[in-house]
Amino acid sequence: MTLRPRLLAVPAVLALALTAACSNSSSSNGGGGGSAAPLTGDCVKYQAYAGNSGKTVTMFASIRSPESDSLEKSWAEFSSCTGIKISYEGSPDFESQIQVRVTGGNAPDLAIIPQPGVLAQMVKTGKVVKPPAQTEANQAKWSPIWKTYGSVNGTFYAAPMSANMKSLVWYSPKAFKAAGYEVPKTWAELMTLSGKIAASGSTKPWCGGIGSGTATGWPATDWLEEVVLGTHGGEVYDQWVSHQVKFGDPKIATAMQTVADWMQNPAWVNGGIGDVKSIATTTFQDAGAPILTNKCAMLQQASFYAAQWPKGTKIGADGDIFAFQFPAVNPSVGNPVEGGGEFVAAFASRPEVQAVQNYLSSSEWASSRVKVSSGWVSANQGVDKSLYTDPIDKLSAAALTDPAATFRFDASDLMPAAVGAGAEWKALTAWFAEGQAIPKVAADIDAAWPQQ
Amino acid sequence: MPATLHVAASAWSDAGIKFGNSLGAIAGFLGILLLIFFAAGRATGRFAKPLAVLVMLGPAVLLLVVGLVAPLVRTVFLSFYNADSDRSVGLRNYDWAFTTDSIHTVLLNTALWLVVAPLTATGLGLALALLVERMRWQGLYKSLIFLPMAVSLVGAGIIWKFVYESRGAGQPQIGLLSQLAVSLGWEDPPNWILTQPLNNFLLIAVMVWVQTGFAMVVLSAAIKAIPDEVTEAARLDGARGLRLFWFITVPMIRTTLVVVLTTVMITTLKAFDIVRTMTGGNFGTQVLANEMYAQSFTQFDVGRGSTLAVILFLAVLPLVAYNIVQLRKERETR
Repeated sequence: MTLRPRLLAVPAVLALALTAACSNSSSSNGGGGGSAAPLTGDCVKYQAYAGNSGKTVTMFASIRSPESDSLEKSWAEFSSCTGIKISYEGSPDFESQIQVRVTGGNAPDLAIIPQPGVLAQMVKTGKVVKPPAQTEANQAKWSPIWKTYGSVNGTFYAAPMSANMKSLVWYSPKAFKAAGYEVPKTWAELMTLSGKIAASGSTKPWCGGIGSGTATGWPATDWLEEVVLGTHGGEVYDQWVSHQVKFGDPKIATAMQTVADWMQNPAWVNGGIGDVKSIATTTFQDAGAPILTNKCAMLQQASFYAAQWPKGTKIGADGDIFAFQFPAVNPSVGNPVEGGGEFVAAFASRPEVQAVQNYLSSSEWASSRVKVSSGWVSANQGVDKSLYTDPIDKLSAAALTDPAATFRFDASDLMPAAVGAGAEWKALTAWFAEGQAIPKVAADIDAAWPQQ
Repeated sequence: MPATLHVAASAWSDAGIKFGNSLGAIAGFLGILLLIFFAAGRATGRFAKPLAVLVMLGPAVLLLVVGLVAPLVRTVFLSFYNADSDRSVGLRNYDWAFTTDSIHTVLLNTALWLVVAPLTATGLGLALALLVERMRWQGLYKSLIFLPMAVSLVGAGIIWKFVYESRGAGQPQIGLLSQLAVSLGWEDPPNWILTQPLNNFLLIAVMVWVQTGFAMVVLSAAIKAIPDEVTEAARLDGARGLRLFWFITVPMIRTTLVVVLTTVMITTLKAFDIVRTMTGGNFGTQVLANEMYAQSFTQFDVGRGSTLAVILFLAVLPLVAYNIVQLRKERETR
C-alpha cells in the first residue's frame, strides 16, 4: 500500500521532464547573436542596429493584410541585414485585445497604438517601457505637438510612426467642372457653394454617414472637431479635450450649431440616401458612393477614405474623385489641420526591441514605407515629399508637415474612453437620429466625464 | 532573394519545432493521465473510494473553479471598484446601474427581450410542430425551419440588417421590407431601424427567426412521444381539435415546453451579437449583455462592466436553476 504513491510519482515526474525537454528546444533555437560584426554592401546603413542577429521581436497592431503586407515589406531589408526577425500580428479587435494581453501578462514586445487614449490606458498598467534615447532624438523630426501625443503625464513613451489627415472634403472634379463650380477656399465660399448646389436641383450638396458598427457616431465627432478647431483655434481645442471647456460651454454650443446648420440641414443632406436621420443609419463606407452618381456633391471624410472608392475610380485633380482641404470656419485660425496617427509603444527593453523601435522612428524607415505603396503618410520632416505618388497622400503630407498649420489630434481619441469611445458617439448619434436638442446632447456627454 | 528564403525556412523550422512541442506535450499529458487511471484502478481497500472520487471528479471541479467560480468571485469583487480597479467605490456602480437613464432603457429592453422572444419562439415552434406533424414532406419543412439555427447570431444580424435597410422617398429601395411596403402602396416607409419602439421588436424578430426551429424540433419530438392510447381514449371521449390540444397535448408535453422556454430565455438574456451588429446599441435598442461588453472593453470601465455582469448573472441564475429542475423531472418521467 505504501508503495503505490511512490510508484505513481516517479513516472509522472519522468513525463513532466519529457515535456519540459521538448519545449526547451524552441528557446535554444535562435540564440547566437551578440557580436556586432560589420555589415557590408547594401547593409552598411543598418550598422547602428547590428549585433542582434537571430533575435525575434513580436509586434501587435490593428493593421491587417493587405496594408500590413506593405509594412512587412518596408522592414524586410532591415530584417535580412540585421538578422532581427519581426513577428507581426494584426487584429481587428486590437483596442480590446491589447488591454487583455497586457494585463494578462502576454504583452507583445511592440504595439502600434492608434490612439493616445489607449496609450495612456497601457501606461497605467505599468508595463510600457520608455523608449531608447535614439528614438526620442528621432522624434524631433516631427512637429513638437506630436511629442505630447506620445507622452503620458509629461513622460514620453511612444514615437509616432504614421499620420493621417482628417481635414478633407471629397468631391468629384468632373461634376464640379461640368456644373462650373470652383473649389471653395474659405468657409463662407463652402456655404455659398452648398446653397447654390441645393438650389440647382436634383443634387444635394452633402452626403454623410456615421454608421460604423459599435463605433457608430465617430464621423460625427470628426465634424464637430473640425468645426471647433476651425472656429476657436488650437488653444480652446486643447482645453476642450481636457474638459476645462465643457461640451455645455457656449463656445462648443456655437460649434454644434454650426455643424447642425451644415450637416443637419434638410435641404443639404443626405444626398442619394434619405433625410437627415438617414445619416445615422448609413455606414461611413457607403456614405460617399452617391458622389459618383451625382446624387450628392461633397463628403467630409479622412484621407483613408481613398480606399473606399470602387476599383477603377480615378483619384486626382482632373479625375472622378478628389479632395480639398476643409477650410477654417473662422479665417483668423491659421490653416487648421485635424488628424490622427499611430504610435509605437514597447513592453520590453531588450536590445533587439530597442533597435526596431529606433529604426521605426527614423526618417529612413518612413521613406522606405512611403516607397512600398501609397495610402500611407508620415509627418516626419526628413521624408522627401517627392516620394509620394498618390495625389491624396501628397496633399495630406503637405498639410501635415506645414510648419504654419494648426495641427491637432482627433479629440475623441484624446478624451477618456468613457467619453471619446462611449458617451460622445452615443449622444451625437442620438443628435442625428432623434433630433435631440443641442443642450441635451452636450449635457449627456458632460455627465459621462469620469470623476477624478 | 536568399534572405526571404532563409526567413521562410526558419519560419518552417519554427513551425516544426512548435508542432513537435505540442505533440510532445499531448503525449506527456496522455501518459500522465494513463498512469493516474492505472494507479486509481489498482487501488484497493480504504483508498479505493476517495481516490476514485478524486480522479473522476477532481479535474472537472478544478476546471470549474478556475474557469467559472474564480472569475465569478473576481467579477463580484471588481463591481465594487472604480474603472481602473484600484480604488473601492462601494455601491456607487450599482447606484449608477439603477439610476442612470440610459441604463434604465437597457434594463427595460432586456426585460422586453426576455418576455417577447422566448414566448414568440416557443409559441411559433409549437404551432409549426402541430401543423407540420401530419404533412407529407414534414422532414423537408422541418429542415427548412430549423436551418436558421445553423446561422450564427452575428450572421443573422447582418442578413436582417439588409432586410431592414431603408432609403428616402424617391430613392430606389434596397431593403426587402421597405421594397415590400412600397410594392403594397406605402410610398414613404419609415427608416425601420430608427423607429422606436418598433426597432426593438424588429431586432427580437431576428432572435425568434433563429430560435423557432429549435423549439419546433424539440416540441415535435415530445408530441410524437405522447402514447397513441391517450389520444385515442380522448378521441373516444369526444375531444376534438382545440380541446384535444389544451387538455391532452399541452399537459403531456408540459415539462418539455418549460425546458424549451427557459432555454430560449437564457439564450435571449445572453444575446448581444444581434444588437451589436445591427444597431451597435444605438436608437434605444441597447441590451444588458452588449452594454456590459461596451463598458468593459470599449470604455475600459471595468467596475461598471462587472456590475452589469453581476446583474446579468443574477437574472440568469433562477432561470438556469428552474431549467435544471424541469430537465430532471422530464428525465424521471421518461
